[in-house]
Amino acid sequence: MSGQHSSQINDPAIQELDSVVVRFAGDSGDGMQLTGTQFSVVTALEGSDLSTFPDFPAEIRAPVGTTFGVSAFQINFGSVEVSTAGDEPDVLVIMNPAALKVNLANLRTGGMIILDEGAFNAKNLKKAGYETNPLDDNSLSHYDVKRMDITKMTVETVKEFGLGNKDSLRCKNMWTLGLLLWMFGRKRQPIVDSLEQKFSNKPDIAQANIAALNAGHAFGETAEMSSNLRRYHVEKYKEAPGTYRTVNGNQSLSWGILAGSQLADLQLVLGSYPITPASPLLHILSGLKEFGVITFQAEDEIAAICGAIGSSFAGCLGMTTSSGPGIALKTEAIGLAITTELPLIIVDIQRAGPSTGLPTKTEQSDLYQAVWGRNGDAPIVVLSVSNSTDGFDVGIEAVRIATKYMTPVMILSDGYIANASEPWKIPDINDYEPFPAKFHKETEGFHPSLRDPETLARVWAKPGTEGLMHRIGGIEKDHDSGHISYDAANHQKMTNVRKAKIDNIANDMPLQEVSQGESGGKLAVVGWGSTYGAIHQAVKRKRKEGMDVSHIHLRHIWPLPRNLGELLNSYDKVIVAEMNVGQLNTLLRSQYLLDTDLLSKVSGQPFKISEITDAIVKNLGDAK
Amino acid sequence: MNKQVEIKKASPKDFETDQEVRWCPGCGDYAILKGVQMALANTGSTPENTVFVSGIGCSSRFPYYVSTYGFHTIHGRAPGFATGIKLANPELEVWLVTGDGDGLSIGGNHMLHVLRRNLNIQIMLFNNEIYGLTKGQYSPTSKPGLKTPSTPMGSVDAPLSPCVFALGAGARFVARGIDTSLKELPGTLARAKEHVGASFVEIFQNCIVYNDNVFGEFTAKKTAKDTQLHVKHGEKMIFGKEVQKGLRFNSEKFGLEVVTIGEEGITEDDILVHDETNRHMAFMLCELETPDFPVICGVIYCNPAESYESSVHYQVEQAKQNKKADFNALLHSGRTWVVD
Repeated sequence: MSGQHSSQINDPAIQELDSVVVRFAGDSGDGMQLTGTQFSVVTALEGSDLSTFPDFPAEIRAPVGTTFGVSAFQINFGSVEVSTAGDEPDVLVIMNPAALKVNLANLRTGGMIILDEGAFNAKNLKKAGYETNPLDDNSLSHYDVKRMDITKMTVETVKEFGLGNKDSLRCKNMWTLGLLLWMFGRKRQPIVDSLEQKFSNKPDIAQANIAALNAGHAFGETAEMSSNLRRYHVEKYKEAPGTYRTVNGNQSLSWGILAGSQLADLQLVLGSYPITPASPLLHILSGLKEFGVITFQAEDEIAAICGAIGSSFAGCLGMTTSSGPGIALKTEAIGLAITTELPLIIVDIQRAGPSTGLPTKTEQSDLYQAVWGRNGDAPIVVLSVSNSTDGFDVGIEAVRIATKYMTPVMILSDGYIANASEPWKIPDINDYEPFPAKFHKETEGFHPSLRDPETLARVWAKPGTEGLMHRIGGIEKDHDSGHISYDAANHQKMTNVRKAKIDNIANDMPLQEVSQGESGGKLAVVGWGSTYGAIHQAVKRKRKEGMDVSHIHLRHIWPLPRNLGELLNSYDKVIVAEMNVGQLNTLLRSQYLLDTDLLSKVSGQPFKISEITDAIVKNLGDAK
Repeated sequence: MNKQVEIKKASPKDFETDQEVRWCPGCGDYAILKGVQMALANTGSTPENTVFVSGIGCSSRFPYYVSTYGFHTIHGRAPGFATGIKLANPELEVWLVTGDGDGLSIGGNHMLHVLRRNLNIQIMLFNNEIYGLTKGQYSPTSKPGLKTPSTPMGSVDAPLSPCVFALGAGARFVARGIDTSLKELPGTLARAKEHVGASFVEIFQNCIVYNDNVFGEFTAKKTAKDTQLHVKHGEKMIFGKEVQKGLRFNSEKFGLEVVTIGEEGITEDDILVHDETNRHMAFMLCELETPDFPVICGVIYCNPAESYESSVHYQVEQAKQNKKADFNALLHSGRTWVVD
């Protein structure tokens, strides 16, 4: 097995690897997500850098054994910086024929396949659409296939616990995990602990799973020679000192927004409607009531955002979470929040569209919707999340801007980082500067359109305050009294004020930095959102080879950082890499009249590093 | 020595704004506005702790004319906003103003759920059986056959009854009033306010421009005593100019019938007593229509239960008692490891 930058160490039985990509693939019912998550946890505990990619179907339980029921979990871990889940697996763990059929194309020649030959029976082969058994027809001869009857060995191991056939077979994933833990020298105890905790009410099931885990591990130890299996060692990643945990994008974002509300000294009210892949934010925040968080699972997307806006009107921090189709439904209400100038956090965990699209697959195609997708001239602030840990700081920044400027802020994340985990150096909330929200109290000269001359933010006067009774709504308001106004000149003035308020926020944002490389040069690759990891690695590799390429990654999508035009103009060429057909590209071209190139991908899968390095090479040729 | 100060009670005038009212001259909304301002004053509402929320339509301009806090929102969605407001601050007194189009057509879904959840607000649905602000199209309460710009050959839609809808949705307070009946309306609204939970009040409102006199059959002052029955809990459902007609339950037909006291051996004992806690009776009363029956007004159903926002806040308080809110501890929850 090659992995990245492999080298031999003293013990010939153990191969040293800098990083390795493992992909677990099986039926939806095989527990691949759990297996992958558990493997990630112990890998993180051993001090590896890592990045994961859960890749599962939209169906909850597709018919067993079919290709569309295949669920996979990929993890890339190493002693070197890892920022994507890896272009292609080094080790492919296969639990049934359908999983092989779906995942083989992505395995490079010579890659390792560990498979359960017990699952390669006539019935499963037929369901997967195989006419001949790939184990017998030589079609896998280009790969390093380790076949073993995991089904049989698991069933034998757990026989003593007297489980039914179904429950016995459910232990296969733990057997497999046990083998992988042996291969990579990872500890079993954290998984034993978690099994005991998870099945505390069903000790038989817990013990059977633990027995299977141990049996898989023992199989590796005893069968080492005969099955040609060997062990690998991945050194610890040298991270900055501190306490770490793993976190996924939905967790970090939920916590970031809650942190923001605490720093703003506001009660958080979430109005939401379940939708893939955004529902975990609703689940996470519903479990944090001790922080005073109120969650409202509304009857639909529209009621959800209306509830959030109502709570902001009444003096809380309103928030709503959804994905593209749900955001579309919320559009009219976003317009109301814009014109009534109320703080509001809107989270869009993007997925492949249009319409229902591919609910469990990732894409970045809601940028137009976020920046431009409303009736009227309706500007809002748009921020994006770059990786699984970034949501924490983006969440805080969103709340800061929303409350300081009395505006909705939309946060764009996506299905990839929503579910993908990475190690995270846990921050200390006390290190963040509080920004308590200010409620207007002064009755003298009050009207609801009073604004701060500097920020242009409207006053926030909450119901219950004596002497500040006022009416707001969707009809245009008079600039100087807040009363409804149909006056033509006033509408021009108000439209200008709304635009100026949002434009001005650029002056309160950090300047755009070059995340890797120099300001100016031959080529810049510009990205936003979850493409960070792939662009980062691609630029790193090409820079190592001496190519003049830099990486610029945007967090602030609207307004754009005030130095961005100048920065982009300092390169001979700019490539915009994004998982849509050119939305940021259009935005940048329209703003800066810049002749940028587009690198687009909309296959429901994140960018591979190689796709970006190819684009770099294509643009720079051999020039160094 | 403590000084005694006079607590000034608000008058209806205190709930007026300086905004020019822009409904059509003669619109039933003027009378309702007066009735609401009277109810607010009579029940001791304070402008600073009261919020009027509305959607879109003629009725939804209402908040601009009441000197409380107000939020004129988007079409059909006022229940969502009201929910957010009550969740944020349950102490606020919230009134929702809507119409037959706003509340039952585009916003029918939200109306269903706000009633079902039992949010503690007052909902006034101004029913004029027409779309006024968009110039006269038929609404979900319009009678079949109504000719409008969008139904030149007459509407073929079956209408719904707002009160029956509300009861079906699980409303625990359902009442009816008539725009110009200022003798009864403020009292009905006061009851709505007193009720904890979602109070649904249908108000028959005359659209003088697009559907004038649509309720004339039972609102005409001359015949009102024979065409309206204002029910009161615990009192016999007797009506009519001569106070001799009443409602009786006919067990064979499993329904209500109008009988005349003194005829065919009918005595007062045969007349049903109104029980506002009886949901079955409420359904039957809401379905009565002219000309065979009087239209029922007043509090038809009232059967309180825990309100939505109080249950939500109860859980939050429980969670706070059971677990300390420690943000850093939250971030450290689950598996962590230390890098030296």
